[in-house]
Amino acid sequence: MMRLELVKRPQRSMLFSALSPFIAFVLTMIAGAIMFALLGVNPLNAFQIYFIEPISQVWQLHELAIKAAPLILIAVGLSVCYKANIWNIGAEGQFILGGIVGSIIPVLFPQFEGPLVLPLMLLLGMVGGAAYAAIPALLKTRFNTNEILTSLMLVYVAQLFLDWLVRGPWRDPKGFNFPQTIQFNESAILPELMPESGRANWGFVFALVAAVLIWILMSRMLKGFEVRVLGSSPRAGRFAGFGLNRMVFFAFLLSGALAGLAGISEVSGAIGQLQPVISPGYGFTAIIVAFLGRLNPLGIVAAGLVLALTYLGGEAVQSALGISDKVARVFQGMLLFFVLGCDTLIHYRIRLIGLAAPKLETAPKLEEAR
Amino acid sequence: MSANQDGANLLEVRGLTKVFGTLTACDHVDLNIARGEIHALLGENGAGKSTLVKMLFGSLEPNSGEIFWNGQAVRITSPGVAKKLGIGMVFQHFSLFEALTAAENIALSLDDGSPIGTIAAKARALSYSYGLPLDPESLVGDLSVGERQRIEIIRCLLQTPQLVILDEPTSVLTPQEADKLFETLERLRAEGKSILYISHRLEEVKRICDRATVLRHGKVVGHCNPRKETAASLARMMVGNEVQAVVRAPAEGIETAPSLLEIRALTRKPATPFSIPLRNINLNVRAGEVIGIAGVAGNGQGEFFESVSGEVLQHDAASVRIRGKDAGGLTITGRRLMGAAFVPEERLGHGAAPRMKLSENLLLSRHATDGKVFVGAGGMVKGGAIYSAAQRIINAMDVRKSAPDPEAAALSGGNLQKFIVGRELDRRPDVMVVNQPTWGVDAGAAAHIRQALIELARSGSAVLVISQDLDELFEISDAIAVMHNGELSKPLPIAEATFERIGLLMGGAEPGHAEHTLETA
Repeated sequence: MMRLELVKRPQRSMLFSALSPFIAFVLTMIAGAIMFALLGVNPLNAFQIYFIEPISQVWQLHELAIKAAPLILIAVGLSVCYKANIWNIGAEGQFILGGIVGSIIPVLFPQFEGPLVLPLMLLLGMVGGAAYAAIPALLKTRFNTNEILTSLMLVYVAQLFLDWLVRGPWRDPKGFNFPQTIQFNESAILPELMPESGRANWGFVFALVAAVLIWILMSRMLKGFEVRVLGSSPRAGRFAGFGLNRMVFFAFLLSGALAGLAGISEVSGAIGQLQPVISPGYGFTAIIVAFLGRLNPLGIVAAGLVLALTYLGGEAVQSALGISDKVARVFQGMLLFFVLGCDTLIHYRIRLIGLAAPKLETAPKLEEAR
Repeated sequence: MSANQDGANLLEVRGLTKVFGTLTACDHVDLNIARGEIHALLGENGAGKSTLVKMLFGSLEPNSGEIFWNGQAVRITSPGVAKKLGIGMVFQHFSLFEALTAAENIALSLDDGSPIGTIAAKARALSYSYGLPLDPESLVGDLSVGERQRIEIIRCLLQTPQLVILDEPTSVLTPQEADKLFETLERLRAEGKSILYISHRLEEVKRICDRATVLRHGKVVGHCNPRKETAASLARMMVGNEVQAVVRAPAEGIETAPSLLEIRALTRKPATPFSIPLRNINLNVRAGEVIGIAGVAGNGQGEFFESVSGEVLQHDAASVRIRGKDAGGLTITGRRLMGAAFVPEERLGHGAAPRMKLSENLLLSRHATDGKVFVGAGGMVKGGAIYSAAQRIINAMDVRKSAPDPEAAALSGGNLQKFIVGRELDRRPDVMVVNQPTWGVDAGAAAHIRQALIELARSGSAVLVISQDLDELFEISDAIAVMHNGELSKPLPIAEATFERIGLLMGGAEPGHAEHTLETA
């Protein structure tokens, strides 16, 4: 009889805690190489196409920033939730609602133009995401429901709602029955940062600013302290006079607002109209980003760039090698798997409990010998 | 070595060592336990007693050293092996399912498939023969702590052990219940069984133990016959130097002093099926006095502390009054702002966040009361201010630590408690409510904390101390009230209080304190 047991380590190694994301990355590379080899592709060649080529030219870096922006924005919000031990899994839905609510002005009032349009859209996007996130917060505080389930289920509601909108009431009447809204007018488009070199828009700046602000919040402010105390020891938080229910709302509204901002930034920046699908799973991938970045906003910026690369690489291997772009999902999944695995092994060590039966037999024998 | 007669010893331990990271919890410990003796294992908290016992019971594996059982070298790799050898253990913290009956709990641990009726009958017979009457059909949730301990003891004895290890067994008993337990232990000894008795209560050890092994900082500092020692000499062996006695100057003029903390007809319904309701509690704590609340654990002290501190709010705002103003509807922050300070029983996870630095833990209870000092414009925490305030408390309370500003979990229990008490004392609160001020704290630190509480009272504050340690309450209180089954007795002035009277109240000898209600109403 053999069994595995996880034994808590008395101390966490600071070195390995810091190295963990990098070890996870290397392990992902190794597993990825095996996967490519099994698919009949030379791994080195595939890696070249997957990880190097998508960022070898300036315009491609712009594409990277476009993909990284929503990931970072959503993930820094989620990091606050997860630090507070509140599990918002529904950022994808909040992203979509942010996109929908933010699009009210350009879709329903296309004649409204001017410098006010964009700030209003962004604001509405944040309100939309926050309001949608308030639903699981309310359910949790009122009825003690599990926020993982409610926030996740609301993602599908949001996806179908968007699908209905663009096929029904918001469909472009002159759009040849394509399921999409009208193209946003010029003042509803998020401007590009450096139009001469690539498409990257202000969304990336929002992401960096949000990361810095959340970093200050979490490390320097009383509110961040409250988040950390309630997340790590709720009873001590109650002793400190911090309210858990208020924290549930704070964390959900903040992460919802950031996801909503990401949503409207994506719609008004990269897409320019509403379509049935506006996200390749940013809200879910951001969960990986949050953990790969150690729930630290500055780490999340780096992690967001890495995960954005997996999207670009997936597209690249599809066109160059004819491998399904689902390979991007595989890489993301492996990365999360190895990050969580490394973290577990930093906190615990594995003990093999083997051959317990013979040991048990020796004990009675000793007694008999007497 | 005194006991070299091989074969006479049931258990011999040679050079047992256990290292946790940089800490050597047990350092070449030698221990001999003869057949038919009650052997005391003495030591302060953190001396390595629990680690040693866990190695004997197979919950921890030693790094080096040998264990001989009946003269044979053995490796105790799991509690199952220990049980097979004949080692039984009664833990300090019980592991019982409250929603199951006593017999069902016992059946779970025996795990040999015998029918529940057989087990219940055996348990009943055994419990009566050892003078620990127990109804195996009763739900654990309905039983007192003393009765729960009986289940643990019976469960252990059913496995017919030759060595029974008891970890601080009397810490949850009234003096009268403890006497019962001692009779049982003496009967076991008469049957030739051996007992390893872990305690820091020296009088007990002197009373029932034949030999003692004293641990300090993981090392054996001596073997002795406790009957030939005095409590003071045993304490010296444990601590390594004289412990300063607590000085309690008589409180003067407190009869006329204003009540700073008033509890009026405090009533609370049980929050869970197994928690204790509070029934019509009345108490006044005046400026300048220390009131102690005695009682066996689990009689409502935790619920009472939560209600007084404001972690749980009252419906009737007048049921808790601080400095003459209603506070029952205020949160813990509101009550702190009125001048009250609180120290809960649990240090890690309640009084302090384990993974946070001491300076951050300072902020935990003082972010509102000292908001101007510690929190700047826009909610920014002033790192320098909390750091220097934390250092001030560390110096004032003589907190020993390994780094300038370590995580709370890195401190020993006693040192963390000094910090948590010091954090509140540093505010000079008008009202101080402390639950178990020196639970698991070494003697030197305990004396320091007790002295500080007395001095706070004498400087004009009202101090309320909830404790299971009667010695402590007699040392520091001006009057002692007893909590039993959610009711609080009238406070007995210290001059009239005796162990006997308090012990009877703890056992519920005087239920229904109607007289008290009338008087304070």
